[in-house]
Amino acid sequence: MDLFFTMLVPLILAAVALYGIFRRVDVYDALVAGAGEGLKVLLRIVPPLIALLTAVYMLRASGAMELAGAALAPVLSHLGIPPETVALLLVRPVSGSAALGVGADLIQTYGPDSTIGRIAAVMLGSTETTFYTIAVYFGAAGIVKTRYAVPAALCADLAGFISAAWAVRVCFPT
Amino acid sequence: MAMSIIWTGMILLSVLCGMATGRGQLVASAAMEGAAAGVELCLSMAGILCLWMGVMEVMRRSGLSEKLARFLMPALRRLYPEFARDKEVMNTIAANVSANLLGLGNAATPLGMEAARKMSRRTPGVASNALCMLVVCNTASIQLIPTTVAAVRAGAGCGTPFDILPATWLASIISVGTGITAAKLLGSIWRK
Repeated sequence: MDLFFTMLVPLILAAVALYGIFRRVDVYDALVAGAGEGLKVLLRIVPPLIALLTAVYMLRASGAMELAGAALAPVLSHLGIPPETVALLLVRPVSGSAALGVGADLIQTYGPDSTIGRIAAVMLGSTETTFYTIAVYFGAAGIVKTRYAVPAALCADLAGFISAAWAVRVCFPT
Repeated sequence: MAMSIIWTGMILLSVLCGMATGRGQLVASAAMEGAAAGVELCLSMAGILCLWMGVMEVMRRSGLSEKLARFLMPALRRLYPEFARDKEVMNTIAANVSANLLGLGNAATPLGMEAARKMSRRTPGVASNALCMLVVCNTASIQLIPTTVAAVRAGAGCGTPFDILPATWLASIISVGTGITAAKLLGSIWRK
């Protein structure tokens, strides 16, 4: 099983390329075109990341994050969530790029293979920018009465945060 | 506008907190470091992010999304019983979900908006149970391969950036399951 996940990337690359050739797709052309799209995505996220990492670095240096973490620590540790991730929990539903900035900072500070770094990564990978999504979808559909969409979506976010912390402890026992 | 308030709030809070805790010097140097860190982060994750965007493009062109959509149809009919007979809506939802699974965010959002617009015709201005379900399912991430996060981990010097996949899938399933359960429960008690 360990070997499978270590080899997952090369295996996916091989399988996708083979399947593409089998379906008569110009695999190389598609790969290069997609990589070009990736550059556009990067170009789009650089400016917000500059703005947000500045704010995140300042917040961390000022000690505000530790204060917020300490204030919420009793609740969070009850849920199994490390208090260090408090800033990530707060910005995740509001802004995708802010969450990426905060999460990347956690991953770099504590290390990508630390428990906190892994929990931050799984939290980022298993939740979405809830309020943005709701605004876009209901905006497109002209919805004014949103009924229970926001509370139900926030339930999913909270469950995602709690289970991210739990899943990392299960998959990476220390 | 919301981001302006959040950003200004973060800066204000760190200035005030920095002065109160006597860490003014640290806050000042952090203000310089943060911007550079933003650019460095993007550079360090550029390679793997672009590679995976390329792989996803191959998946899209080889028709993997449509295959996935057909496979998902029976489950989706159960999730949206009100629209189970509406082929147009169900096909759009299936395309939205398979784009989400493959991490094609740029394709998933317009598809989801399209589905939301079509579904809202029955209940103009009000979020029906099916519409709430669509939104809840889209606010919970179901991406099979979280590309950006893996790119950040690789950028931070991780040799096995994808070893978080099982944990991510586990957390995603629980999160989506909770969202669907909450939507179904609330849908049966909330007034129309």
